[in-house]
Amino acid sequence: MSWMTNALKPIGLVWFANFLTSSIGKKLLMSLSGLFLILFLPVHLIGNLQLLTKDAGVSFNLYSYFMTHNPLIKTVSYLLYFSIILHTIQGLLLWRKNKKAKGKIGYAVNALRGDGTNVKAAANMAWLGIIIFVFIAVHMYQFWLQMKLGKVPLVIIEGTEYKNLYEPVVLAFSNPGFVVFYVVSMVIIGIHLNHGFQSSFQTLGLNHKKYTPFIQYIGRVYSFIVPFGFAIIPIIVYGRNNLWW
Amino acid sequence: MKLTLKIWRQPSQNVKGKFETYNLDNVSEHMSFLEMLDVLNEKLSFEQKIPIAFEHDCREGICGTCSLVINGQPHGPLQGTTTCQLHMRNFKDGETIVIEPYRASAFPVLKDLSVDRGALDRIIQAGGFISVSTGQAQDANAVPIEKDVASHAFDAATCIGCGACVAACPNSSAMLFTSAKVAHLALLPQGKVEAQKRVLNMVRQMDLENFGNCSNITACEAECPKGISVSNIALMNREFLSASFSSNDAN
Repeated sequence: MSWMTNALKPIGLVWFANFLTSSIGKKLLMSLSGLFLILFLPVHLIGNLQLLTKDAGVSFNLYSYFMTHNPLIKTVSYLLYFSIILHTIQGLLLWRKNKKAKGKIGYAVNALRGDGTNVKAAANMAWLGIIIFVFIAVHMYQFWLQMKLGKVPLVIIEGTEYKNLYEPVVLAFSNPGFVVFYVVSMVIIGIHLNHGFQSSFQTLGLNHKKYTPFIQYIGRVYSFIVPFGFAIIPIIVYGRNNLWW
Repeated sequence: MKLTLKIWRQPSQNVKGKFETYNLDNVSEHMSFLEMLDVLNEKLSFEQKIPIAFEHDCREGICGTCSLVINGQPHGPLQGTTTCQLHMRNFKDGETIVIEPYRASAFPVLKDLSVDRGALDRIIQAGGFISVSTGQAQDANAVPIEKDVASHAFDAATCIGCGACVAACPNSSAMLFTSAKVAHLALLPQGKVEAQKRVLNMVRQMDLENFGNCSNITACEAECPKGISVSNIALMNREFLSASFSSNDAN
């Protein structure tokens, strides 16, 4: 990989460039960025669950204020954006490489089997990832960008002015089409994680008789619970809006 | 047994191929899959037609020469078995069997069902050996090695290099093959000496051969006639990571 080798040569890190552009180096970048996103999701979920407290959005707005003003979280958020972009671009490049490696002529009969992972998910990570990326793009435009550009109404909580992110979120969740889009996206994320969680450990070389079965178990639990937690929020908010409960 | 065979025919590497259908009667269920193809080839020869090219050598399941993708599975439907050890009793009378060559850019089709697997040989040449001076064989007990480690190395060493892993992989990755060779030698005291250099060179060669990248689908392990475990890939990743950061190779 010429450009990276050229870039790192003057500082004496040709070996590092060679490492990063090797097949295993590329896998490692996918794994580490993926694991970072896996760590981030529960944090995001805990915040989103504040939407369910019946206090007209006070705890949610205080939480979103904290997330946008705490210096440590702001720093980590840049790492998060970087991880999303890296994971997406590297994933697409690998997808292209793998398709090229398989060649133009495929098998007339396809009988894909595997051991110990969700084979269908594993073989379709790129497609699942593209759908997730579209979801993230819509999601960032709808909530994150509005928050950043300040196109969010204000609210006064205990004498201080805060951005009222709660209002546009609840408004978005009153649209049944959006609720369906959100829930379907969460199912896709769950399938992606179902393979991705344990796969990222395998890529790091963390495969051991004592730990791998546990990692695979946690992966299955995680890939169900976290997307499930995200998915029930718009459903509950929609139900409340329509006075189902 | 009466069989309908859909077989990929391709005169040479740069000529377009297509499926041809053959009907074969009186197939004994005791025949191996390759013997069945031998019978078909004899029939074709009698009819003044060109026999089907396919690779075979030992026919004992240990050389790794036979290949074929049978009904979508490398080495056919029987788990842990090479094509030569697959017998016709595993198929039903009147069944249609689709026989294709391995598909991968790194394995170009030479003729019909025979592909060029030289890429795997070049990976071995890059480091899949131990450079020791030859001489008297050592006393077996002179090199201490734990039983579990020896067994793990032996399991990896059972890889016959047939390339079924590449054929089965939707990405055409050769990581199961390469990792089996890396693990087999890295686990043994004789192989540890050159372990870092070996893994760096073998992975480098693997990347040069245009194989795809592993995405842990595990189809390789499922189709491997020797049951090589994907845990070897994790071991190779560890070896490569540590060699990249700590070997004496400046590049």
